[in-house]
Parts: sequence; structure tokens; C-alpha cells
Amino acid sequence: MIKLIALRELKSLFLSPLAWAILAVTQIILCYQFLAQLESYLQFQARLSVLQDSPGITDLVISPLLAGAAIILLLIVPLLTMRLISEEQRNQTLTLLFSAPVSMTQIIMGKYLGILGFLSILLFMIALMPLSLLLGTRIDLGQLFSALLGLFLILASFTAAGLYMSTLTKQPAIAAVSSFGLLLFLWIINWAGNSTEGESVLSYFSVLNHFEPLLKGIFSSADIIYYLLFIGLFLVLSIRRLERLRLPH
Amino acid sequence: MEREILIEVKQLSRAFVKNKGFYGKIHDQTIAVDDISFNLQRGEVLGFLGPNGAGKSTTMQMLTGNLAPSHGSIKIGGLDLMDNPIEAKAMIGYLPDTPPLYKELTVDEYLAYCARLNKISNHKLQQAINTSKERCGLTEHGKRVINNLSKGYQQRVGIAQAIIHSPDIVILDEPTVGLDPIQMIAIRKLIKELGETHSVMLSSHILPEIQTICNNVQIINQGKLVFNASIEQLNHHMQTHSIRMKCRHKVDVKKIKLLDTIQSVEIEQNTMGDEGDSIIIHCSHQHSSNDSSLKDSLLTEKGQNAAIDLSQQLISIAEQQQWGLYEIYSEKQTLEDIFMSLTCVDPTHEARLGARLGARLGARLGASREKALLETTEEARQGADT
Repeated sequence: MIKLIALRELKSLFLSPLAWAILAVTQIILCYQFLAQLESYLQFQARLSVLQDSPGITDLVISPLLAGAAIILLLIVPLLTMRLISEEQRNQTLTLLFSAPVSMTQIIMGKYLGILGFLSILLFMIALMPLSLLLGTRIDLGQLFSALLGLFLILASFTAAGLYMSTLTKQPAIAAVSSFGLLLFLWIINWAGNSTEGESVLSYFSVLNHFEPLLKGIFSSADIIYYLLFIGLFLVLSIRRLERLRLPH
Repeated sequence: MEREILIEVKQLSRAFVKNKGFYGKIHDQTIAVDDISFNLQRGEVLGFLGPNGAGKSTTMQMLTGNLAPSHGSIKIGGLDLMDNPIEAKAMIGYLPDTPPLYKELTVDEYLAYCARLNKISNHKLQQAINTSKERCGLTEHGKRVINNLSKGYQQRVGIAQAIIHSPDIVILDEPTVGLDPIQMIAIRKLIKELGETHSVMLSSHILPEIQTICNNVQIINQGKLVFNASIEQLNHHMQTHSIRMKCRHKVDVKKIKLLDTIQSVEIEQNTMGDEGDSIIIHCSHQHSSNDSSLKDSLLTEKGQNAAIDLSQQLISIAEQQQWGLYEIYSEKQTLEDIFMSLTCVDPTHEARLGARLGARLGARLGASREKALLETTEEARQGADT
């Protein structure tokens, strides 16, 4: 049942030009960034090779590329998630799901996995760029997969937060703006913690702080658990919120 | 034989909060549905009537699990909708007032999605889609995108969606809105068919529609159930109690009054412009509505026969006296009259509504008839006593 809802969500995405536009725009921008990064790497390559323990192409091209991808997708994921529940509420198609023999959990999980499916396609296309370097050189595959995992987790977290925001309002635009605000806030929340020495509580909450180690290839279970908790929290909140829609209020 | 009860509603209420103050303190609330109880049996078609905002859609939304009730319980096929929502919802097909359509899909894709949502297995899928398309006259539109269909066709897709898993209970919120007359007749036929094996509950503003397809009628007004009766009882309510005749020449009223079962005779202003008369004759076969239903139907039949006898007598008199009779028909109280008399209790409300809709006359007519009905029963009782 979850699969069915997820597939319909994915199908509807591709029936509208939005999905194609998002795929095209992200690909073009990241491609440009990738090529620019690669070019500057080629310029510095000779000087870097004399240094001991110098950063390789994975550090200098792939990590910045995936970090850039995370920022672009921070802007794009709210556009994907905004319609999830709010548009169904507005077009009164939510009735179909509510009167069908499916639970609220199945509805939320279906919607969530549908968007995640789309983002996986996007991630695959982004991953093709670093992988194309394999044609000419050797890259640190371990670091690449750690960074891709980080990007996937951060996207999954964005989606969960966006989904929750979509259950709060009937207006897709409001859902988009508020989820964008929330995500950006969680991104920059560590700014306040930077002045004091060491790790502050605020910087621990930052989405970015847990992404950076993964980009560097440091796989820490604490970071993974942070993302899983983040996703779990917003999914549970969405399910609760959906149940609440039916209650007297 | 007692038939299986598919929906059992007990003291159902739903309140909406209008203004929520600080600290979640409720300041003002509207009660949309107030203490409604009823049952729906298998093979029954239940018509749900009421003015706008009476609580029809709210009740239907609660029955289908789209709204949680404030109080009361709903049992679907013996299962509590709150405790076993998934099992209970599997027995229901629901068409809300706005059909829940994903407009970017084609009809076939949409129906396949609905069928799978309702757990129809893959090998039965195509057959289920074909049957429901055929039933709703959509066979030739399977490949079209829903957004490009006209409103009437979208409504058909909505109905097809509600019956795709052949549920035990079909709940339709104004199913014939936006349909052309031919399709309306087809849908009514479909609802009757469904009513034979399943149970159907529908709301409508078209009163004759309810009269032709339902075997039970409920009228809801301001959240309260004000009328709940089978269509037989309703017909009894609506039985002939007056005969109207139009004649070309002057009519001797005394001659008519000599006949038995005549209650009163009224002469109407003639609209034809000649000296002829238009006459309303009230018959005295009214009886108390407190009798049991079996007795009622017998009495109704008796009353109907009396009305036939009376009209035959009138025709023969008219022929003898050469009144030039050219029109005679029995008047029935329509469902509209009952509807109006039940839903317009508040006189100020009635006046407001009447002024706006120009329906005041109808309401008064209904009210006066209701009164006449009561008076005649009262007189009949007194007659019986003496």
C-alpha cells in the first residue's frame, strides 16, 4: 500500500513539468560547478603534487560539488514537498485516502518514499559526475560514498521536514516558504555557537555540522543517528498532524 | 426477516469551534450534527435530505472516517469505525461532494489506483475497472486525462471510484449534480441496482429523485434528524386528500356535499374567464398517523380506493348535471411540502428564506396542509369517540 501511494506520487511528479525542470536545473548548475572546480584543480595540480599529504581530487572537486548540491537542494526540496498534503487538502483529494482502507502511517510513508524516490534519481544523476572522473584518474571511492550517503541523509531530512510543513497548511506556497525557512534556520543555527569555544548545543543541532564529517569521509554513527532521529521526528509529527485533521478543532 | 444492519449510528454529534480563545478555551462553537441515531440495513437505499448547511455532508464525512465525531459511535458492519478503521473503511465506497480526482491522471490510471488502494488483487483489477466504467458510462473515455473531461464526466469518474471495489455500503453525496438527464436516469437505475445487493446512502436536493430511488427517507435540519420514515410511510403522509375538478359551467356545490366522505368543498377563482368553476374537494378518509405501518398501508389503500370511488361519483354527477367537466385530478402532498414544513419551523427563518427564494407560498401551502391534516385526524378521532 505504501508502495502504491509512493509510485502514484512519483508518477504525478513526472506528469507535471516540475520534476523535469528540477532535474534539468540542478544538473546544469552542478555541471557548471563541477567543470569550474575541475578546471581550477587542473591549474593547481602541479603545485599540489610537490606537497606532502596534499589533498587529492576527491577533496578538492567532489566534496565541494556535493556540498554545493546540498545547498541547491535546500532550495529545491521545499518546492517538491509543498504539494504533498496541502494540495491534496485543497483539492479535497485527501478524502480518497482517508476513506480508503489505509492508515495514516501508510499515507505519510507513501508520500515520503515517493519524494525520496525522486530525490534518489536526482542523487544518481549527481553521482554520475564524480564517477565520470574514474575514466581519467583514481578517486577515493570510500569518501565518495560517504559523501553521497551524507547527501542522501540530508535530503531525506529536508523531505521529512518539508512533509511536516505541508501538513500544516492548505496553501502550498506557505508550506514551501515555511519549510525553506525551517531548513535554512537549521542550516545556520551553529552561527550563534561559533563565538564560544568548543561545541555548543546549538551547533550540535545544525544540519550542516553533521554533514561536513561525512563529506570528509568520516563516518560517525552519531551523525547517522542524528539524521535518522531528525527524519523520524518529523515523520511522526506528520502522522500525528494528519490524524488531527479529522478531530474536532 | 431481520436483515443485516450495515451501519449503526448512535447519538452522533459533531461540533466545530468558531472562535478559539487564548489557552485553548472554547468560546463559541457550532453544532453541525446534533445527536443523530439511525440504522442502515442491507438492501436499503436511504435518502438524506436537508437544506444547505444542515449537516448532511458532515454526517457522511463522519461515516466514512474523514471526520472524527465529537460524541457518539458509528458501527460499520458490526465493526466500530474508531477501533477498526481499516477493516470498516474497506466496506465503504464514498463519493464526497467534490469528487476526489487526481486530474493529471487518465481515467484508467486513476481507477486502477483507486482499485489498488481498496486492495483489489491484480488479476481482478482489469475486470473491476471495466465493470465500473461500464456502469458509469465511461467505457469510451478510459484513455482521457481527467482534467480534460467535463464536469459531468468527472462526476461519473467520482461515482466509478466509489463503486469500484463493490463495497457493501455506498455513500454518495449528491451523486447526480452536474449530470445530463439521460445520465441522471442511468445513475438512478444504477443506485437502485446497487441497493438490491448493497446498501446505499445518498444525499440530494432533488426531492423527486429521492422519492423514486430510496426506500427510506431522512430529513435533517440544523443538525437534527427531524424526519425518518420508510417511503411507504411517506407515501401515506402524501396520500390523496383532495380532488380538484374544473368545469365549464356553474357547479351546484350542494350536490357535491351530499356525497359521503366529503369533508369540505372550496370554490376557487376561475382563471378561464367564463362562468365555470374550479373546485377543491377534501375527503374525510384521513386517519391517525400513529398506527402501525401495516395498518397504515391498508388504510392508505382504503383511502386511495375511496378517492377513486369519489372521483367516479363526481364524474357521473357532472355528466348528469351537464357541468361540462373537463379536468379532474387528485392532489397529493409532495415530498417538497413535507420537506418545507419540516425544515422551516422558525417563522423568521421561513420568512427570510421565503423572501429570498420566492418559496414562501410553497411553505405556507405545506404548513396549511399539514394543519389541515392534523385537524381532520382530530375530527376523525372525535367522530370515533362519539
